[in-house]
Amino acid sequence: MQTEKHSSESRMEISRRDLLKTIGIGAVGIALGAVGSLAAPGVRSYLGGIASANDNISFYGAHQPGITTKNPKHVYFVSLNCEVKSRSELKELFQSWTEDSVRLMNGEVMPNSPNTLLPPYDTGEAVGLNAARLTLTFGVGPSLFEKPELGLSSRKPPELKDLPHFPRDQLDPKYVGGDICIQACADDPQVAFHAVRNLIRNARGKVTMRWSQAGFNSYPVRDGKEETPRNLFAFKDGTGNPNVDSPEEMNRFVWVQPGESADWLAGGTYMVVRRIQMFLETWDRTALSEQEATIGRHRDSGAPLGKTGEFDDMELDRKDENGNPIVPVDSHVYLAKQANERILRRSFSYVGGINPETGAFDAGLLFISFQKHPQQFINIQNSLGRLDRLNEYITHRGSALFACFPGVEKGSYLGAALLG
Amino acid sequence: MKKVTIISIFLLLASLLAACGNQAAQKEASQPAAAPTDSTDLSAEQKAYREFALDQLDQFVLKTEEFVQAVLAGDVEKAKALYAPARMYFERSEPVAEVFGDLDPRIDGRLADLEAEGKGKEEWTGYHKIEYGLWVENTTKGYEETAKQLLNDTKELRAKVETVEVTPDLMITGAVDLLNEVSTSKITGEEEVFSHTDLYDFKANIEGAEKIFEIFKPKLQEKDAALVTTLEERFNKVNELLAQYEDGKGGYISFDQLKEEDTKALSEAVDQLGEPLSQMAIVVE
Repeated sequence: MQTEKHSSESRMEISRRDLLKTIGIGAVGIALGAVGSLAAPGVRSYLGGIASANDNISFYGAHQPGITTKNPKHVYFVSLNCEVKSRSELKELFQSWTEDSVRLMNGEVMPNSPNTLLPPYDTGEAVGLNAARLTLTFGVGPSLFEKPELGLSSRKPPELKDLPHFPRDQLDPKYVGGDICIQACADDPQVAFHAVRNLIRNARGKVTMRWSQAGFNSYPVRDGKEETPRNLFAFKDGTGNPNVDSPEEMNRFVWVQPGESADWLAGGTYMVVRRIQMFLETWDRTALSEQEATIGRHRDSGAPLGKTGEFDDMELDRKDENGNPIVPVDSHVYLAKQANERILRRSFSYVGGINPETGAFDAGLLFISFQKHPQQFINIQNSLGRLDRLNEYITHRGSALFACFPGVEKGSYLGAALLG
Repeated sequence: MKKVTIISIFLLLASLLAACGNQAAQKEASQPAAAPTDSTDLSAEQKAYREFALDQLDQFVLKTEEFVQAVLAGDVEKAKALYAPARMYFERSEPVAEVFGDLDPRIDGRLADLEAEGKGKEEWTGYHKIEYGLWVENTTKGYEETAKQLLNDTKELRAKVETVEVTPDLMITGAVDLLNEVSTSKITGEEEVFSHTDLYDFKANIEGAEKIFEIFKPKLQEKDAALVTTLEERFNKVNELLAQYEDGKGGYISFDQLKEEDTKALSEAVDQLGEPLSQMAIVVE
């Protein structure tokens, strides 16, 4: 018997693709029996060998992954309704999601039962793929704390509430709110979707899906360095972000510090999600000078108007020879900077078929930002207000706010400080 | 044939497991046994389900006969009243009834299915053809031959079902298939496009799946009591939702009265039931 000769170590080098291809499904169960359960956290599977050292990201840490993790190419975001009837059930849900997340982010696949009358444990579309820098980020929305059966109302931070109505918001109830959210980011869209699909499947009956959005990004690489991605208006998006490599900046703008919000959220952050429709056809017939005046930057370089480097100082008070501001006072960047707030933006573009009412592209931006207090985002959005020249080309259709738990240390689980 | 394959896999597994050595066995000890054995005797369950299915199809023949008589007598209202309740016997026992690839479409074929196969209306037979006559044309005229053939086909089905070997596989797969039927055609209103009596079929499919669960329940209880509790809860949830649409006369309201949020809630409840229902296969282990 082939299996007999394998030491436990050599079995670890069998890729999941080879395993399924050459030995067949029945033998997968043997491997399970031999190395013990792969469901148990911390147990490295024989499948782990396929994930190259640098393409899986650890689930564990002081903060959740998927917030400061750099340059994800794809996102699958889903907002969920919570259907469990008690806090202990909610705790169990997050415990089991913690195990699932560790496994998924490691690129491991649960082997099937030898009982082939059972459906496969894993939905399987990621078999043979690597971890693709998958990150899974979990948050809880204000409505979760309003469910009396969960008894969480006293733990709700005052700032965790629905975002206010902003000027020109035209929210569609189909893309609003949620009790729980999962953000799956990866460099492979199939890996990201697979993760969410399996998390939801494992929680069937405990959650239902409220709304979801897939999105993508692409980063030009110059001199080995990934640059700021462009949104569908072709402008660089995220230039003004705080430095994710600077703990000082992250602590100042993104991570909730002890005493700043509810205790259970220390080390966590607030996640704003906005589904912003972009009118591509309208934008595409707009003169380049007007596009640049709308944003306040040069399109190709990403530099502030009148400058050449993307990261040059904006210097909003610069005037031209006639005394007019070089960066228009109603431009998107000018107004955003007026708020004097900083947030960590991690937005993704989406395309979703054709708008049945107009025949136009249904496309836009899945805007995601992380900040230690929702007010940072609210102040910026209020500053944009009615004045923002960009309003002519966009409409906010979806909105949600979530509190993202701090990171999970080995042996603990998501939301332990809230649910324990 | 299938069963033989499964048994041979189990035997293969057993011998491989034995070869895995002590260390592996120790590691495994803290885990629930992953490998099933083929020792579980389910012959009583198979017999119980066979009896259930045969009884349902006996009733189906009787009710179809009444329905056909009404059609032949030209009584549109009576035929309409008998239509959906008669079909429920068929829908409950569909895992057995659909074994016969030719009879199922003759009895239960939808025009859309025929058209998808490139066939025309002239080849259409069975319940749904008469449904069209009753609800769209409001007549039985011209459907007499269809009605007579329907009764013959129904009787033929009943006779043939005697030969079906009821296996655990058929029961387990059948229960999940019944829910899949609900998810793909009932919940969209595509089963009864003219009469809008989809909720009758919906209920019958659920009852058919629940019957299989009830039969397996004592054995499942020994293997995984939590699964039994979950399944009971989820069946209850679906049944409670369906009960909201009872018409107070022993039937259900028209499917076209349901709003999008109603069908969504029903569909979610079915999906929530389907996941644990598919785990019922542990009964063979």
